[in-house]
Amino acid sequence: MKVVLRNPRREVEVAGNRRVKDVLRELDILPETVLVIRGDDLVTADQMLRDDDVIELRPVMSGGVR
Amino acid sequence: MKCRKCGGAAALELRRHNAAFCAPDFLEFFRNQVREAIRRHKMFTRDERVLVAVSGGKDSLALWDVLLDEGYDATGLYLDLGIFDYSVESKAKCEAFAARRGAPLIITRVADEVGGPVPVIKQVTRRPPCSGCGLSKRYLMNRAALEHGMAVVATGHNLDDEAATLFGSVMHWQTDALPRQSPALASTHPKLVRRVKPLYRLSEREAAAYAFLRRIDYIVEECPFAKGATSIAHKEILNRMEEASPGAKHNFLFGFLEKARPAFERAEAVQLNECARCGQVTTGTVCAFCKLADQVKRAAADVPPAPEQ
Repeated sequence: MKVVLRNPRREVEVAGNRRVKDVLRELDILPETVLVIRGDDLVTADQMLRDDDVIELRPVMSGGVR
Repeated sequence: MKCRKCGGAAALELRRHNAAFCAPDFLEFFRNQVREAIRRHKMFTRDERVLVAVSGGKDSLALWDVLLDEGYDATGLYLDLGIFDYSVESKAKCEAFAARRGAPLIITRVADEVGGPVPVIKQVTRRPPCSGCGLSKRYLMNRAALEHGMAVVATGHNLDDEAATLFGSVMHWQTDALPRQSPALASTHPKLVRRVKPLYRLSEREAAAYAFLRRIDYIVEECPFAKGATSIAHKEILNRMEEASPGAKHNFLFGFLEKARPAFERAEAVQLNECARCGQVTTGTVCAFCKLADQVKRAAADVPPAPEQ
């Protein structure tokens, strides 16, 4: 399964057929810090991902000192 | 996971609300939170023109989107910071959004006003870039609102921004900063417009989800100068706490606003003057913006600074 990461943009390959939250845990990413995007949809942490899925983990953090 | 409202498949889980929503019900939840913020803090009325400070990021474009949908007279203000490709791209996102929505957009170049873009300001002042950038933004937002006859500036600050700022202020016990942290700052001088943050009840992730689900094309890349910024480190710490205890950020910020903030409000008002140079509001004689612009323009002209008196 292909995972697209941003800032900088890169791709990693991880095992599929498991839940979103397991993939996030393997990549050491807190669920609160990303949107999980598959195609035109958002997917929740309990959803199963297939081996042929492509998902984007889009960081939601922004800003500097204000 | 099922949508709390309709029982359909959920698109987003909100652990701090112990809820999940499908896309349409999430968008309605988001709009309701903005409505509640505006109502609770009397941010603006439908008769007032609102200046929305837009950066091309998810928060400010999401805010502008909601306000336009709600029928507010909302004009965008984009401040071109001159930060390499980041500014070129973020400006294009704002222009595309304004064109798509048929909404007015004002563009001001920081370099024209200060004498140099943010990278030059950073070099000249030898201070963190966010410092001169934030100062310039606050000044130019207020001035643009006054020039265009608008009583209020709305920014896209979200719950995470506010919690991180509060965390930073508390870590250093900046008791001057604490009373100024509010979802709505009233005008305390005829030349200071009201400043409001209608997204303060919504997390960064919720703002990103709104922008994504509304198909708003926003800049995902961070400002290159934000890397290593203290506020980002604070956000990371708060996100670890949120992971362990959902609702931690919300409780931290809302508890402060409801219980602690009043205790830090000073009885005596700060003396406000008009800057001897530009006429904008300052606590001194010459405002910080004019001093910064002096410093940058002097450096650009390569004239050595005058000796200290």
